[in-house]
Amino acid sequence: MEPEEVQPVQLLTPEGKLAENEVYSPFIAELSAEKLRELYRYMAMERRLDAEATSLQRQGQLALWAPALGQEAAQVGTIAAIKSSDMVFPTYREHAMALYRGISPEELLTMFRATRHTGWDPREHNFHVYTLVLAAQTLHAAGWAMGINQDLRTESVPRDRAEDEIVVACIGDGATSQGDAHESMVFAASYELPLLYFIQNNHWAISVPTRTQSRGPLVNRAKGYGFEGVRVDGNDVLASYAVAAKLSGEIRAGNGPKLIESVTYRMGAHTTADDPTKYRSSEEEELWKGRDPIQRYRSWLSSAGHADEDFFAEVDAEYKDLAADMRKSVLAMEPIDLDRVFDTVYSEPHRQVETEKAWLKDYEAGFAEEQTEAGTAG
Amino acid sequence: MSAIKEMVMAKAITAALRDELAADQKTLLIGEDIGALGGVFRVTEGLQAEFGTHRVIDSPLAESGIVGTSIGMAMRGYRPVAEIQFDGFVFPAFNQITTQLAKMHNRTDGRVKVPVTIRLPYGGHIGSIEHHSESPEALFAHTAGLRILAPSNPQDAYWMTRQAIVSDDPVIILEPKRRYWLKGKVDLQNPAPDAFRAQVLREGTDATIATYGPLVPVALAAAEAARAESRSIEVVDIRSISPLDDETIARSAAKTQRLIVAHEAPTFGGIGGEIAARVAERAHHRLLAPVLRVGGFHMPYPPSAQEHRYLPDIDRMLEAVDRSFSYQRSA
Repeated sequence: MEPEEVQPVQLLTPEGKLAENEVYSPFIAELSAEKLRELYRYMAMERRLDAEATSLQRQGQLALWAPALGQEAAQVGTIAAIKSSDMVFPTYREHAMALYRGISPEELLTMFRATRHTGWDPREHNFHVYTLVLAAQTLHAAGWAMGINQDLRTESVPRDRAEDEIVVACIGDGATSQGDAHESMVFAASYELPLLYFIQNNHWAISVPTRTQSRGPLVNRAKGYGFEGVRVDGNDVLASYAVAAKLSGEIRAGNGPKLIESVTYRMGAHTTADDPTKYRSSEEEELWKGRDPIQRYRSWLSSAGHADEDFFAEVDAEYKDLAADMRKSVLAMEPIDLDRVFDTVYSEPHRQVETEKAWLKDYEAGFAEEQTEAGTAG
Repeated sequence: MSAIKEMVMAKAITAALRDELAADQKTLLIGEDIGALGGVFRVTEGLQAEFGTHRVIDSPLAESGIVGTSIGMAMRGYRPVAEIQFDGFVFPAFNQITTQLAKMHNRTDGRVKVPVTIRLPYGGHIGSIEHHSESPEALFAHTAGLRILAPSNPQDAYWMTRQAIVSDDPVIILEPKRRYWLKGKVDLQNPAPDAFRAQVLREGTDATIATYGPLVPVALAAAEAARAESRSIEVVDIRSISPLDDETIARSAAKTQRLIVAHEAPTFGGIGGEIAARVAERAHHRLLAPVLRVGGFHMPYPPSAQEHRYLPDIDRMLEAVDRSFSYQRSA
């Protein structure tokens, strides 16, 4: 049996023309011109950051970089549609979402320079640190959502606050094959959790196509768990916003989990260690270049009169500075002290950790003494 | 009114869970069949009726889910106590425990605490079928970020469970399921010694047997039997596997000059080897014999019809004591 095709929700055609949609268009109508320009800003910021990070990696200044190139609309549209108090559990490619939450490029690049494992405080931004063992974070998201329900039951936080919170679990098409993704959806359905699954289907899990992860559209999985899923054109920032706004509102109203399959494309490599020419065609890449999320949105913003050339010039100039600042701050990053790594293995004292820390200190002090002695002798 | 009660270990754990649920609204239990049934060992019996379905949560049949959601709840400020039904079923949760739970505090530079307690009924001698009698502690002890406790009596079970729950670190409690029905006095007011320290349970002068969890009563019985042969055996209850109180163990070994370490887990790559190395480093010059290990063999846990030959017993411990005495120090 051939799997059922599902047409993604699209409000903006690749040519930058608005497409009317009875259900979703009203969510766009309420956006101010200022808000619409802001969406563009974050998309452009991500793309600039991406280019700079890729070049920093090529120059040996980053250990690795995972570009989000091409996924800007999916990410910005979705995060703009939820509240800043909603906790987000990202994978490791949600750079545009991180920027939107006020995480600085420097904080974002910390783990990629490998000076620290993570660079920001999750509670400060309601944005968890990146998770690399994929799909594990979808269970943390479910647990966080169970905590929200728990808050309501025990009335341990003001009711209106907890009732207003939802959680977003990000996941890629590849990681939907992980058992944890399944278990998370089982928990979410069973406990009717206020949880939005945000699947970015970027077509490639490193070199393996989505077809290997799923015979049919990923959105259809939601049905099996007993909740609603919507497929959206992830290269359309307006549709991404509208779908996330609608579903998050319904979750907030107490209707349990929902799922978004955002169909987009990883225009760059999986990471800077990857070589896409080995597994995908240039025809395919060209096809998706024609669906570039930023081009599409920019041409609509102009034609609809929401932004003029001065605006785009200003944004370009601003991010030129951002790139230069970013480069400076990356080069100046101090690695974490190994003492600090010792100190955070546990939050309470642990005999073996303390002993080893003390040993290393003595051992290294021995070298310092030798050097001093050598210096004195010389 | 005396707060000292006689109870079996399973009920001491129930009491500890009840007292922590009552003390802190943020404490909650999650696991398979822990609600109406009270768990397959009845350790959570009555708690759901007392505290509600939202604080004693029957989970879907998914161990990774149990631990993964516990991590999420802990991030939000809760203190989840997760029950894994049997030792052999902890492995679906192995990734969540080792790559997520153990590392979270460290990888977030101390910003995110995950005070999750994992209760793990473990060990053999219950005549069960496969996957129900294992001792996986070495796999977790090797993972930095986890604390691992192994109570051997009701008093420790009560206080270790409470200390594990209030600890801000993730703690795995290895509950020796064959000792669930072991009776003992529990002082509900005066805490047992620090959960993360070893304890000398029986003083002796000729050799030390150090062990934890289910084998502690076996070691005590072995010491008693050795007395008939005029050998005075000291018994150390290791209690905490991570951190390991190598100081107390080495002090005892230095005193008696002979050390035998016993556990149900296979000796190869196990806790006994770690202790042997540490004691050798601390007390090499005091030892009259190499540290000897008594434990399981390098095989999957055997069918329980043969577990009596696999598990260390009094005779295996005494044989190790004899062997220890057979070593002669050359002049």
